[in-house]
Amino acid sequence: MQRQAGALAAQGMTPLDTLLEHETPEGILLELRLAGPVVRACAWAIDAVIRGVLYIGLGILLSYLGQMGTAVMLILFFVIEWFYPVFFEVRSGMTPGKQVMGVWVIHDNGTPVSLPSSLVRNLLRTADFFPLFYGAGLLTMLMNRQFKRLGDLAAGTLVVYRDPHGQRRAMPEAQPEPPPQGLSYAGQEALLDFAERDAQLSAERKAELATLLHPVTGCGGAAAVAKLHGYANWLARGR
Amino acid sequence: MRQQQFEALHGAEWEEMEALLDAAPRGSGRRTANAPDPMRLPRLYRLVCGHYAAVRSRHYSPALAARLRALVLRGHRRLYRRSDPWLWRIIGFFVEVFPATLRRYQRYFWLSLLLFVGPGLFMGFGAYFNPDLIYSVLPAENVAQMEAMYDPASRQVGRTEARAAETDFQMFGFYIKNNIGIGFRTFAGGMLAGLGTLFFLVFNGLVLGGVAGHLTRLGYTETFWPFVSGHGAFELTAIVICGAAGLVLAHAIVNPGQATRPEALKRAARPALVLAMGAAGMLLVAAFVEAFWSPAPLPPTVKFAVAGALWALVAAYLTWMGRGRFEAG
Repeated sequence: MQRQAGALAAQGMTPLDTLLEHETPEGILLELRLAGPVVRACAWAIDAVIRGVLYIGLGILLSYLGQMGTAVMLILFFVIEWFYPVFFEVRSGMTPGKQVMGVWVIHDNGTPVSLPSSLVRNLLRTADFFPLFYGAGLLTMLMNRQFKRLGDLAAGTLVVYRDPHGQRRAMPEAQPEPPPQGLSYAGQEALLDFAERDAQLSAERKAELATLLHPVTGCGGAAAVAKLHGYANWLARGR
Repeated sequence: MRQQQFEALHGAEWEEMEALLDAAPRGSGRRTANAPDPMRLPRLYRLVCGHYAAVRSRHYSPALAARLRALVLRGHRRLYRRSDPWLWRIIGFFVEVFPATLRRYQRYFWLSLLLFVGPGLFMGFGAYFNPDLIYSVLPAENVAQMEAMYDPASRQVGRTEARAAETDFQMFGFYIKNNIGIGFRTFAGGMLAGLGTLFFLVFNGLVLGGVAGHLTRLGYTETFWPFVSGHGAFELTAIVICGAAGLVLAHAIVNPGQATRPEALKRAARPALVLAMGAAGMLLVAAFVEAFWSPAPLPPTVKFAVAGALWALVAAYLTWMGRGRFEAG
């Protein structure tokens, strides 16, 4: 059911990408963008700092409570050591560090991570840490296609980028113009994408990209940009 | 159909679904009176799945596809999430799931027991008859510490000199942090093809057996055995169960059978987690007993009687609890 960029592979192309597709019961391919070791290490480092602050804060606070305070402190340290990620992952799918890095933990079928899975992946962290500083975990991540560390393998979880579900980008208005005959679907999508990314690109970059299509449009610079927008409008709206 | 017509036709449905997903989920207590009807979500979800498939196959613009994909993803997450009353799950876990799972995987339990008790007995008898053998597994200062802890002249039996002044509560915290940590590491060691688990079981067996044999040889029987016999029922059993959990994982890695290795591991992880969490629960009880009961200055006969009862309780719990519908099927 899971394919690595299955649609493209079906066309005989093997993209070098971190895209994972999962088919839901409704027959929809969910595209999941995997998070690699560096992003995850950054997230871990942020969490480590937060934990450190928690340890110090709790240590100072509870030292005022005498012996009972030490008891509570030891128990809290234990809880933070083992269950800090579990607490956040079960609530929202991401620890604060992962939230900052824009990634979260999900099952490999795209559903939110459950308590048992989160427990498995975080209790097995010790094995990933072996022999020191996540040596086994890093090795495992590099040896499978889904960047899973040992805990992820056992729990059946993935760390993927969150989709920013922000506002939709509007296409700039232009006089619709029929694109050249025989344009492939991929080509059509590229035209639409170019138009919809209008606000994200600088004028110079747009002109540079549009000029590449000189053989198609027969013009360059700003005129080519306008022409490509025209094609895109025609594709989206018709004449 | 052109993209623009398509959007005009279905835009309202997408907006309704977005509003539904933005509204807080049921039971979070944050819903307002005019919130959209959540019962519409499954229908809308299927509808939008169809729209998304259409958008993809008709090669409409990537931005529209992205918008619908985000909707499908969010709907998928919302619909396929599971939520149970957690308190009942915890009770059900200890009453039924944990002991039944342990019995189903008892082969691993017996193997783990052998790996723990075998070296323990070996080292125990060895240290009892040979006064030097204990130093092969423990540094001299630790041995001296152990001797001081259980010296009948010690003012607080079972604690190092540094911890003698600490209260029962502090020791409770210490035992939780230390012992459950050891249990979890023994479990996680299974991921290193079982070598980690093997190491923790054999090593702990050697050290505990050695200390017991050594102290018995010194004649500290009146202090050592009454102290450890009570919580040992929970603690030693739980360490062996953690070992069994690690071995379940290790078996899936070393010999996955018909399944692929990741698939076998994923299937083994569920029962292994059940065993590890059950053992953690037992270690919690052990920490409680060790901190508040074990140091109580009572005659050894009382201590031994209670210890016997606790061992019988653990054995009965693991043997008989949770039979019935869980195992009938």
